[in-house]
Amino acid sequence: MNDFLFARSQMAMSLAFHIVFAALGMGMPLLMAIAEGMYLRTKQPVYLNLCRRWAKGAAILFAVGAVSGTVLSFELGLLWPNFMEHAGAVIGMPFSLEGFAFFAEAIFLGVYLYGWDRVGPLIHWLSGALVAVSGIFSGIFVVTANAWMNSPAGFKMVEGKILDVDPIAAMLNPASFHEVLHMTLAAFVATGFLVAAVHAFFLLRDRNNLFHRAALGIALVVACVCTPLQILSGDLSARAVARLQPAKLAAMEAHYRTEAGAPLLVGGIPNDTALTTDYALRLPRGLSFLITHDPNARVVGLEEFPRDQWPNIRIVHWSFDIMVASGTVMFVLTVCVSSLWLKHRRLPDKTWLLRGLAAAGPLGFLAIETGWVVTEMGRQPWIIYGVMRTHEAVTPMRGLVVPFVTFTVVYIFLAVAVAFLLRRQFLQTASAVPDQPAGAADA
Amino acid sequence: MLEVIIAIFILLSLVVYALMGGADFGGGMWDLLAFGPRAKRQREVIAEAIAPIWEANHVWLILVVVLLFTGFPRGFAAMMTALNIPMTAMLLGIVLRGSTFIFRKYDVKDDSVQRRWSTVFGVASFFPPFFQGVTLGALATGRIRVEQGRVLTGFMAGWLTPFALACGVFALGLFAFLAATYLTVDSKDEPLLQDDFRLRSLWSGLALAPIALVVFLTSKQGAPQMFHGLTRWWAPVLLSWTSVFAAVALVALWLRRFTVARLAAIGQVTLILVGWGLAQYPNLVTPDVTVSNAAAPQFTLRLLVIALGFGAMLLLPSLAYLFYIFKGQERG
Repeated sequence: MNDFLFARSQMAMSLAFHIVFAALGMGMPLLMAIAEGMYLRTKQPVYLNLCRRWAKGAAILFAVGAVSGTVLSFELGLLWPNFMEHAGAVIGMPFSLEGFAFFAEAIFLGVYLYGWDRVGPLIHWLSGALVAVSGIFSGIFVVTANAWMNSPAGFKMVEGKILDVDPIAAMLNPASFHEVLHMTLAAFVATGFLVAAVHAFFLLRDRNNLFHRAALGIALVVACVCTPLQILSGDLSARAVARLQPAKLAAMEAHYRTEAGAPLLVGGIPNDTALTTDYALRLPRGLSFLITHDPNARVVGLEEFPRDQWPNIRIVHWSFDIMVASGTVMFVLTVCVSSLWLKHRRLPDKTWLLRGLAAAGPLGFLAIETGWVVTEMGRQPWIIYGVMRTHEAVTPMRGLVVPFVTFTVVYIFLAVAVAFLLRRQFLQTASAVPDQPAGAADA
Repeated sequence: MLEVIIAIFILLSLVVYALMGGADFGGGMWDLLAFGPRAKRQREVIAEAIAPIWEANHVWLILVVVLLFTGFPRGFAAMMTALNIPMTAMLLGIVLRGSTFIFRKYDVKDDSVQRRWSTVFGVASFFPPFFQGVTLGALATGRIRVEQGRVLTGFMAGWLTPFALACGVFALGLFAFLAATYLTVDSKDEPLLQDDFRLRSLWSGLALAPIALVVFLTSKQGAPQMFHGLTRWWAPVLLSWTSVFAAVALVALWLRRFTVARLAAIGQVTLILVGWGLAQYPNLVTPDVTVSNAAAPQFTLRLLVIALGFGAMLLLPSLAYLFYIFKGQERG
């Protein structure tokens, strides 16, 4: 591997690590605000207890999210100085706004986590709600910046110089809306399913535990509302990508030849020399139908683009399929859960459904990771789509293997430590008396 | 004009970051250096003082970075290229400090794992201040040369000079002093503990004088433009006020007037950084990258100033509220 590949690997690894904490940082405050709101309305201590338990876990996730996010803001310059030099004036704005949102998040997080005994219950709930809102705003701003890299707007490139800069037009680029919507929902779906899995796991052992039933209920409400919406937003995103980045769409679908009535290919092994995808499941006219809602429409294939503008077809296609498959499984589960609730007003208590939920816990995050692989790898070889190539943006620094290995080791260590600490907390939760008075557990 | 406003905002954020975030790093240093019969209690008070506010304090650094790359993209690119190595070392410190602090807080108390988190937290707290000082020093050396956006001097220029390294050591001393001074106020209910921090504060405050002298002496060779800046008309005024604040802080510590000492220490640190900013102006990376030649287009700057105005209106009251809750009320 050369320095360029190490730079890309370090960026990818940093993003893949941070996105988990960022998504939980958007999702957990929502769950906590719902739980605390339920407590304020019903005065049942189980909700307060639940909220305090979640808050303890979330504190760890927030801290790791904050520091790994800091690393990213520096890495933009440390690894891609030439990108920032040109893009900073155009797209720095959403990063600055994200800075403000992050500020608000950190402030109210402090009040929320450490202010249980220092502020009134309503102010406390409000701080939690503000953490949730500012978390969502930070996500929106950062994804806006990514959308700009995929669908640049708000400037003119003349002889390597960026002119006529309009940061507002850059933020409102054509990819912003669908990317922001898809990522925000993804954070809620992934958090909902992960939390539901943890509590479903404990309910398998102790079906009547009030604490875990309350927790499962809240997590499933979020998951069941957001997952169907996410399927719709996925459809919106795919059609937007077909319009804005046809090469990326063709790579996602492993679609080599331009044709009318194009089939949808699921799985298979894309073959760049023969321009075929072998062993794939073919749904006739599926791709044309999904992209244009017209089964006979013509869909542009990779053959229309010069080879040096192709992303890595296999990685993009397989990642896309994994994301869609994860989403489909989660959608089926939410249908089961929702119909059980609508027909019988019951939370899942059958062993098979609880097992299914427990097993589906990581799927949301699998979908987020593979989805970002599609977005980022699918944009290659460009860092700013159609404007600047990734290798033009990289730092002249040599020996990038050193920071790459160092940060990889540190992040692996952190991931293990976080898993270890959260597991210890879950086990404490499991042994806790179901509806003990709130706060006693923290003593 | 607008670029100067952004530059002032960056300097202000740096000042507040030093006063808040810097003190949090100082707390980490004293955690590692805790000794004596009350070592455990010292660590507990440090943790309590830092816990609710460190994430908010940390955001000032993010603000500096985003303002830098939005307002002065060329300056940011040059800094991040030339100072890649110290910046990476600083980031490692930031990552390990923040995460081990929270791990320690939420882990089971008093076992060997806990002590290990504590050690990593303490050691990691030394990295960011040192390398931040080194970075600020390196920018002033004039050894980093930039032509048409390309850094010509490689990755070792500037930051390995005696001046830059002295700046790093000075930042360590300054933040240790600041933290110990704040902690005398945070530990006001426990006289013995307060005495521990008083002694630490006095010693680190006294140690600052010779380090400052080294910085000053090395600057003549190591940062000639900055040295020249320090001979302008405002320099004696600023230097004497800084010395006055430093003296007041030490005397107040000696007399156990801890709230006075805290105010004086805040004044001292503020003036040091403002002095640095004035001596560095108009350079971002001396001598080639300046506030005017690295600035983003006017439209971007105008939007940024507007955003900063609105952001300040929303965030400053919230921040004041946070500090009021955790630092302003009587404990009880």
